[in-house]
Amino acid sequence: MGPLVPEVIGNELNFIVALLAGIAFGFVLEQAGFSTSKKLVGLFYGYDFTVLRVFFTGGVTAMLGVITLAHFGLLDMKLVYVNPTFLWSAIVGGLIMGLGFVTGGYCPGTSICAAAIGKIDAMIFIGGSFLGVLVFAEGYPLFEGLYKAASWGNVQAFETLGISQSLFAFLLTFIAVAAFWFTAAIERRVNGKTVKGFHLSKVYLGLTGLAIIIGLTAFMLPDKKEYMLKDLADNNFVASFKIEGMDADELAFRLIDNDNDLQIIDLRSQKDFDSLSLPKSTHFMLENMFEKDAYKLLSVKHKKNVFIANDELTAKSGAVLASELGFSNILVLKGGFAQFKKDILEFVMPAGTIDRKDADTFRFRTNASEVMPVLIKENKLKQSSGKKVQVKRVLGGC
Amino acid sequence: MNNTKYMNPYLAGFLLGLVLLVTIYITGRGLGASGAVKSAVVATVETVAPAHTGDLKFYKEYGEEHPGNPLKNWLVFEIAGVVIGAFISGLISNRLKFTFEQFPKSIKKFRIAGALAGGALFGFGAQLARGCTSGAALSGMAVMSTGGIITMIAIFGGAYIFAYFFRKLWLSNKGDY
Repeated sequence: MGPLVPEVIGNELNFIVALLAGIAFGFVLEQAGFSTSKKLVGLFYGYDFTVLRVFFTGGVTAMLGVITLAHFGLLDMKLVYVNPTFLWSAIVGGLIMGLGFVTGGYCPGTSICAAAIGKIDAMIFIGGSFLGVLVFAEGYPLFEGLYKAASWGNVQAFETLGISQSLFAFLLTFIAVAAFWFTAAIERRVNGKTVKGFHLSKVYLGLTGLAIIIGLTAFMLPDKKEYMLKDLADNNFVASFKIEGMDADELAFRLIDNDNDLQIIDLRSQKDFDSLSLPKSTHFMLENMFEKDAYKLLSVKHKKNVFIANDELTAKSGAVLASELGFSNILVLKGGFAQFKKDILEFVMPAGTIDRKDADTFRFRTNASEVMPVLIKENKLKQSSGKKVQVKRVLGGC
Repeated sequence: MNNTKYMNPYLAGFLLGLVLLVTIYITGRGLGASGAVKSAVVATVETVAPAHTGDLKFYKEYGEEHPGNPLKNWLVFEIAGVVIGAFISGLISNRLKFTFEQFPKSIKKFRIAGALAGGALFGFGAQLARGCTSGAALSGMAVMSTGGIITMIAIFGGAYIFAYFFRKLWLSNKGDY
């Protein structure tokens, strides 16, 4: 599951990735003609809309790719860097950059491409951008108010607009295509000659058809997450699903035995988990099961993953979800946490005569009811003193 | 002249999108440019006036966000790649040449001043908006960031608003371009 940094690709290797991504980026920009300010400013005077075509096609392609990867559970959007929104600095900064664009003829990325092939004007532009950053850095206290005003967080445009992600993606793609058509018409007018616009070759038609089919199936098939959660809402489905069980005694035994292969996935509420949590347990909600944290935990080989919740059915829905997601060695605590409490934590020796075959069990439970609380306490101390590792959003941006 | 032809813009855009997508999939972050300039500025100021960076809030906040050497930064490596990639592209397409590009009727000193001022404005604006055309607008669009898309609209909208006043810098007679 993406992003591959930092687990699959280490932080040091990530610098090599940066270099390679940069090479590809620079190559494409230069090939597209972004290394000449004549082509870049053409956008603003109506004679050359190459920049708009390349930029919009690139943005829309990447956006649709990101949505597709997330849709099929291949990319965890919670970890991807979404540029934070600070309304006023985004607008004012953008306008200043717009002014810089028409006076300088480049933007930072393109100026570097242009300088790389020997454009002296681009080198001057880069020199200017150093000055601009320096002015901002030195005068930072003056701009800080504006810089930090109206912070909306890492919000995505469809949330701001209150529409669905699919609708937003469709609208943006539609706007892009409309802009391609419209600007080709302007270009023809300004230049007084016909520029090759769209022409429908068989390859294009084929690719478009394929994209439409993928798009429609993605629209019709609900999100992987959505339909899995829907399945889980059906109690009969969960109840009939075969999941190996582990009873309270075995769980207690393994905990006392300090079994290193044991992993407990606790699906109770955060509050319950905070007030009493078993050693070797991690707290998750059902929705979290799709995230990278859960993936990391459950994909460790040779572990027994025991799902617990207050009742067995809830625990089982988590276990079912995990096995549907393709994880193995999934077990569920029989009778839920309630049973564990009754049998182990608050075990009281039944009065009257005890069946001989139960005697051993009861002796174990009596013993466990004394040991378990100590283990739980020790675990709590260990947790509060140790630092909590949490997967964080990647830090990106400029 | 055939070897200096540019790529079909839609194909180039598609490839650009793929590069960006792969980058996001692998690293969880998009592409950028102005951040590398920022790193370079911070590194320069730290070297030239180390005491100075300790005093100012900007450098302090930068240091908190990016511990370690400011040049050991993802974007610095990426921009080094951009230089290499653009150079290779220029080499293949026979476009490597030291030139000062200007429009036939524009005056050279105005073009120099324009480039310097434009760079400064872009550098400043990119700091304020937390990203430039690459880091905020393009990468922001890919992840549908509200801020990124607002910045994108502001950059291009702003450029159109101001374009009229600077037309003499670029346009001369029709057909010159």
